[in-house]
Amino acid sequence: MTQEAPSLITDEMKASIGREGPASRSEVDRTGIRMFARSVGHTDPIFYDEEAAKARGYRSLVCPPGYTGTPAFNPARMGAAMAAMGGGMPGGGAGGGRRMRVLNGGTEYEYTGIPICAGDVLTSVGKTVSIEQVASSLGQMVITRRESTYTNQNGEVVCRSYGTSLNY
Amino acid sequence: MAEQVFWDDLKEGDEIPRLVKNCSTQQLVQWAAGSGDFYQIHYDETFAKGTGLKDIIVHGALKNAFLGQLLHDWVAPGGEIVRYGCSYRGMDYPYQEIVCRGTITKKYQEGGKNLVELDIWTETGKPNDDARPKNPEGIKTTPGTAVVALPKR
Repeated sequence: MTQEAPSLITDEMKASIGREGPASRSEVDRTGIRMFARSVGHTDPIFYDEEAAKARGYRSLVCPPGYTGTPAFNPARMGAAMAAMGGGMPGGGAGGGRRMRVLNGGTEYEYTGIPICAGDVLTSVGKTVSIEQVASSLGQMVITRRESTYTNQNGEVVCRSYGTSLNY
Repeated sequence: MAEQVFWDDLKEGDEIPRLVKNCSTQQLVQWAAGSGDFYQIHYDETFAKGTGLKDIIVHGALKNAFLGQLLHDWVAPGGEIVRYGCSYRGMDYPYQEIVCRGTITKKYQEGGKNLVELDIWTETGKPNDDARPKNPEGIKTTPGTAVVALPKR
């Protein structure tokens, strides 16, 4: 970049870095696991057949990679969930002033080795790890990296996910 | 699923068995329900075109899950995925093959585990013979990396 572009990162966004959002709950149940596994096209029976899962040493059906349960939906909490997403999207109201498009930039899952099985209730806490502005082929782009930690009903961390969103 | 893969038998540069997908629109709707992602660009052609896309597109997270299946099918039943992730660099359309691939970049032991690091990705494959928009073949749309733990002989 030869010319300094105006910053799209507001003070509010900067202040949100590192701050944990409210905990949210997701339920891991057999139906959710089967629906997810079926939609991917998984063929391993541990995602569909409880006996097969038990025969392989699991308590119940196992979460396929990328599935961390179904968030407990509640229409009354929609506003709070949006507000927790790092103090609002750039340009969406506070700061920036122009509407921006959003793209999902990428996702990573890190597992601690403790199986996630049907019957588990996971509590996830997310935070914004970094916000940076770069010049891209689509124009000025704000890259936001978020991290979520999933803890099961026994207090064990089972998974961490890292997500990147691109606003341009 | 194939026989158990053992750490001892692998070397850097090896390619793991490919997983070939080809999404129908029905699969994208199943994924919308299974994942809870109801963004219309993935099932409503008019809506998708209204945002400037050529057609509905495959969910990035579904391609991530395909890569998860690639790894799971390779390491199961005795191995486990330690971490895996990918970036969404290009769009994929339904009714064209999505070829999921992986190659071993590093083999090491750490904390008592036998680990393998991989480059993983999806690339565009053979298109169906229909009038829908297609990508050229051989484009890496979803590159990523992974670490898996495997049993030793």
